[in-house]
Amino acid sequence: MKNRLYCFLIVLPVCLVLAGCANSDKMGWYVINPMLKKGRINIEFLLSGVGWTIALTLACVTLAFIIGFAVSLAGISESRPVNWAYRIYVEIFRSIPPLVSILWVYYGLPVLMGADLNPFVSATIALSLYGSGFIAEILRGGVQSVARGQFEAADSIGLTRFDKLRYVVLPQAIRRSLPALGNQVVIMLKMSSLAAFIGVAEVVRRANELSVTEYRPLEIYTFLVLEYLVLVLVVSWGIRRLEKRLGADERHAGGGSTGSHGQTQ
Amino acid sequence: MIEFREVHKWFGDLHVLNDINLKVHHGERVVVCGPSGSGKSTLIRCINRLEQHERGEILVDGTAVSDSRQAMLDVRRDIGMVFQQFNLFPHMSVLENLKLGPIRALGVSQDDATSRARKYLERVKIPEQADKLPAQLSGGQQQRVAIARSLCMEPKVMLFDEPTSALDPEMISEVLDTMIELADEGMTMVCVTHEMGFAKRVADNVIFMDEGRIVESGAPAEFFDNPRNERTREFLEKIIAH
Repeated sequence: MKNRLYCFLIVLPVCLVLAGCANSDKMGWYVINPMLKKGRINIEFLLSGVGWTIALTLACVTLAFIIGFAVSLAGISESRPVNWAYRIYVEIFRSIPPLVSILWVYYGLPVLMGADLNPFVSATIALSLYGSGFIAEILRGGVQSVARGQFEAADSIGLTRFDKLRYVVLPQAIRRSLPALGNQVVIMLKMSSLAAFIGVAEVVRRANELSVTEYRPLEIYTFLVLEYLVLVLVVSWGIRRLEKRLGADERHAGGGSTGSHGQTQ
Repeated sequence: MIEFREVHKWFGDLHVLNDINLKVHHGERVVVCGPSGSGKSTLIRCINRLEQHERGEILVDGTAVSDSRQAMLDVRRDIGMVFQQFNLFPHMSVLENLKLGPIRALGVSQDDATSRARKYLERVKIPEQADKLPAQLSGGQQQRVAIARSLCMEPKVMLFDEPTSALDPEMISEVLDTMIELADEGMTMVCVTHEMGFAKRVADNVIFMDEGRIVESGAPAEFFDNPRNERTREFLEKIIAH
């Protein structure tokens, strides 16, 4: 995996440079040719969105995890009404398209509050609520995948419900949910592009602005694609490392949770 | 110590416990046997409320087994349980498995819990495995860790739910030896098991269950040599013939 990533990081600039030399009527790579002054200014402009994309993603992912985790606890509660509240929450926030929820928070919510929200805050609120529904479902699934015997063993040594979750169930559930949670982070990174609609100066917004002044959509949006590729690869690499670190003993464990491990007759 | 009074339980239409009356005295060893589906696991799982009985009363040391959370925590802290599938916590080392209950449920300090854990690992004869993960141990070792985990709670009673049924044959005796030692030390025990040799050796009382009822109970000598009930006789013939 490491090798593939490095390969890509080397191939990317080479491609761009080569492409930059090939000018024709259809293609004008000069707009993002790092050898030219104009190209460098444009690239700098396009890259100035990366910081906002990262900031927005980090804010959304962090909030979505916090909210999603809290909400998932309602999902595994033993109380029926609390389960129902959980269901309603998840269904509502999963079924609103993220763009619609961004528009609603940015244009709609201020009417209710009587005060304006800035675009970054609006996008953060909308996307973290959207993501939290999915994260809650992922975590609930993780808890359900923990063997019943684990709950019973925790009960049998007289752990309180809180301790049972904290020390026995959640550590196993979260480890098992890591691949799905990683996926969700990648999805949220890409969804941050929707914030361009309300004027957050992230990478898509920057590409749009440049495209309008330069009339070179092919070149500029190709650059945008590459920006996302690099960002997503970095995120996936980070997630895989995390999985390796946290999942190491679990993999050893094999059938450890059921204890079967070749002993089942 | 443990008393069942006219206990009933249903799984849907299945009358899984039918009018159970049973007393387990302090220091007594009771072996429960019977065909699968006879309700024997359900019976012992009702004692620490892993299953809920629907009618009748179960008393543990005078406390009624009920819905009360606090009462159940107290009851469970006095009762050790060993499962067929061991149910060790796979993400914790052996030592951590043993320390969790004493620290979180009994409020024992870290150091005391560690020395307690080492003491009981010594007792089940695998002190050298303390820092391993459960999956790195054999089945017999895992079950002995599970026994040690229960012992760390210093329970008044130990429940065993078919502790050797998931083990390879050559590992059964190491677990039974551990259980026999416990019995010799005077631990109150209720064991669901098909190990009739074990029953003969340690049991004060053998109970035979069929279709949710206790159909026969008695001292092992009486029970094995002169079973009164037809079903008991059939069952014993089947398992002893092999």
